[in-house]
Amino acid sequence: MWPLIKILPVKTNFAFVRFAKFAAVLSIVMVLASLGRALFPFEPPCGGLSCGIDFKGGTVLELSTAPKAVDLGAVRGTLERMNLGDVQVQAFGADSSALVRFQTPEGASPSQTADRVKAALTQSLGKVTFARADVVGPKVSGELFQSGLMALGLAIGLMLVYIWFRFELQFGVGAVVALFHDVILTFGIIAFAGFEFSLTTVAAILTIIGYSMNDTVVVFDRLRENLRKYKRMPLREVIDLSINETLSRTVITGLTAILALGGLAVFGGSSLYSMSLILMFGIIIGTYSSIYVAAPVILLWGVKRNDEEAEPLKPAKVQP
Amino acid sequence: MLNLSRWKVLLVVLSVVFGVLFALPNVLPPETRANLPGFFPKKTLNLGLDLQGGSYLLLEVDTAALRAERLTNTVEDVRTQLREEQIAFTDLGVVNGAVSVRITDPAQIQAAQRVLRNTLGAPLAGVAGGRDVTISAEADQRIRIAFVPEALQSEAARAVEQSIEIIRRRIDELGTREPTIIRQGADRIVVQAPGESDPQRLKNVIGQTAKLTFQMVDETADPNEAAAGRVPPGSELLPSDDGSVPFYVVKRRAVVTGEMLTTASQAFHPQTGQPIVEFRFNGQGARRFGDATTQNIGKRFAIVLDKKVISAPVINTAITGGSGYIEGNFTAQSANDLAVLLRAGALPAPLNVEEQRTVGAELGADAIKAGQISTAVGFAAIVVFMLLAYGFLFGGISIVALLVNGLLIIAVMSLTQATLTLPGIAGLILTLAVAVDANVLIYERMRDEIRAGRSVIASMDAGFSRAMSTIVDANVTTILAALIMFQFGAGPVKGFAWTLSIGVVTSVFSAVLITQVLLAWWFRATRPKSLPIA
Repeated sequence: MWPLIKILPVKTNFAFVRFAKFAAVLSIVMVLASLGRALFPFEPPCGGLSCGIDFKGGTVLELSTAPKAVDLGAVRGTLERMNLGDVQVQAFGADSSALVRFQTPEGASPSQTADRVKAALTQSLGKVTFARADVVGPKVSGELFQSGLMALGLAIGLMLVYIWFRFELQFGVGAVVALFHDVILTFGIIAFAGFEFSLTTVAAILTIIGYSMNDTVVVFDRLRENLRKYKRMPLREVIDLSINETLSRTVITGLTAILALGGLAVFGGSSLYSMSLILMFGIIIGTYSSIYVAAPVILLWGVKRNDEEAEPLKPAKVQP
Repeated sequence: MLNLSRWKVLLVVLSVVFGVLFALPNVLPPETRANLPGFFPKKTLNLGLDLQGGSYLLLEVDTAALRAERLTNTVEDVRTQLREEQIAFTDLGVVNGAVSVRITDPAQIQAAQRVLRNTLGAPLAGVAGGRDVTISAEADQRIRIAFVPEALQSEAARAVEQSIEIIRRRIDELGTREPTIIRQGADRIVVQAPGESDPQRLKNVIGQTAKLTFQMVDETADPNEAAAGRVPPGSELLPSDDGSVPFYVVKRRAVVTGEMLTTASQAFHPQTGQPIVEFRFNGQGARRFGDATTQNIGKRFAIVLDKKVISAPVINTAITGGSGYIEGNFTAQSANDLAVLLRAGALPAPLNVEEQRTVGAELGADAIKAGQISTAVGFAAIVVFMLLAYGFLFGGISIVALLVNGLLIIAVMSLTQATLTLPGIAGLILTLAVAVDANVLIYERMRDEIRAGRSVIASMDAGFSRAMSTIVDANVTTILAALIMFQFGAGPVKGFAWTLSIGVVTSVFSAVLITQVLLAWWFRATRPKSLPIA
């Protein structure tokens, strides 16, 4: 009974490939829904995502009027009198704290605007402490956005090259299709959940790219090995076999990662909450895509197998 | 497996010693740390601003202002030079980003060009005999003076260098704890001040150009006429900060400038008790100031800071001693800040704040606490899970490997002084999970091999050797992703990427090597007939 790993069958025989068509439809629907939600309305820079100041510029203030409870109405009123763009005021954590976001008016200096707002709030609320104040100017936000997108593109490109180099082109294509799938779905989750799209989010997505590749590589590695080992076995069976053989590892690693990130989501405080949720979703999607996106693409495309050197199908020596 | 090579054991022992030695300072109280013998490492984790509180400022040198100033100065130089040579001219001004002047007498154009060519511009770096201005005759008896593109570039670069130096001097005087001031790109400067959770003072000190000039008040000009736009040539209208009149008309030519000051300090006026700034000129400044005051007794001179008149006292006697004081609307604090600025020198160009991030020390402390708790919880979850999944022996071995891994991460991060940020903590936790992955890959491979009918020892060997290529492939991808983040990301993301990279390397090392050594010892001691995980 214990250790629990013994319960996990040493060899599973799930026919993963049989459900590949269904999974493909599901994936396509999810990808389209995510794309739609993340892109519409087509407004620069972030489309349907809730854009953080990192990418659209502006100011975020985290203020506290402790020990008094904060008067959100007064905060909102003060800001609305100041001619700022797109003011958002929300309660944040404790009763005495609030989160304020606004856009710098056209032509004004971002940092001076933030100073004016701070002064006005201090005047209308009495004693205020600003636990956090982030101001991003329009020039910098544009650059951050550009470099964020470039980082995502470059990451995917590098993965393709690496897999191509280590495996075969078909494997690389499978891996990259899976990566696009994962990245798009992650964007979808960010959009649907209303998480802020910021530098930290880009870091989370890059990490998911890393993890998803990691997972795909493990399956591919076994696939390559089995392709050499069983030269006459039909490709779909080899794929099924390889996924089954690596299944216990996939499940255990995925579970540990999700457990660890769960701790982070619960205890990590508000700033890490969305990041850890995005990472958890990403790990689930990454695991799914290794099985149902990366491998089927290889099935569709086919791989080069040196049939002429084929040996007779070698049965496993001993079955326990 | 049986013949465990000696270097592997040695490597494991050395790495554990290294880990303990370099991670240790983090748990020692500061006093103990200070009293450690010299060879002992003393560096602790370098916490990012989001964890320890502080300010981050991204400043950009205002190159447009720099260019505009260069043009105005050139206009004045042209005026002075042509007058000196008694060449009559009209219509001197800036046209399309270059200085343009019309010479009244066509016969003097050659002479004017020669004069200007000999006196204007600065040598161009890298070009022997090259000047950074081009002087050309144009239609309608005009001469055009333009800057070569390289001139503005090298000027901007020089301005950034100078600004960094001056900002450093200014901030040092504030007594801020260990600020980092670095150049970023062509025209940007990053200032990070840990512990400075009120950037206002920082910005006051950085944001001012602090260009001080002493200029004579143009007593012949009527301020009201000037305000209506009729400023006499060679004079300018400047707003006033002294509270008596809204503006002054002053001569453009500065008698003395801030560069000629040797010291400046805050003091109190002996009679009125008002805060003032005392200063002392260098030799050149003292001479020029002495001459000007001797010739202009009874007239006023304006003390101008960043194009604003602070005060305009009447000259009662010639001031030849080379020292003086500035009166104005000062508080003791603002007089002191001005003295700091004057001592450090003027910035060559205004600096614009493009990005500013501030975290209060309290919020940082909360973040550290949250990070510690969630790391502990994440770790505990992994420990329980591994023990349940693989039992005390194999699960326990992977936990030992994980502990060593944690130790190594802290040691390497302390040693390299890599910045640990809040997202970095997330990276750390994810690393722990990925570290387990290497163990899982090895164990699962061993189970496969046992199932394929191999002996215990053969399975263990094959488990390691076969899992190895998978482990490397799988982790190279993570390293690639991290490298990209490091290249493109800003502050907190860089911290995340760095933590992730260090974590991947140490985790592969400890999962593979530590696990191997421990399993080999277990095998030698017990000679098992079967694996407890299969």
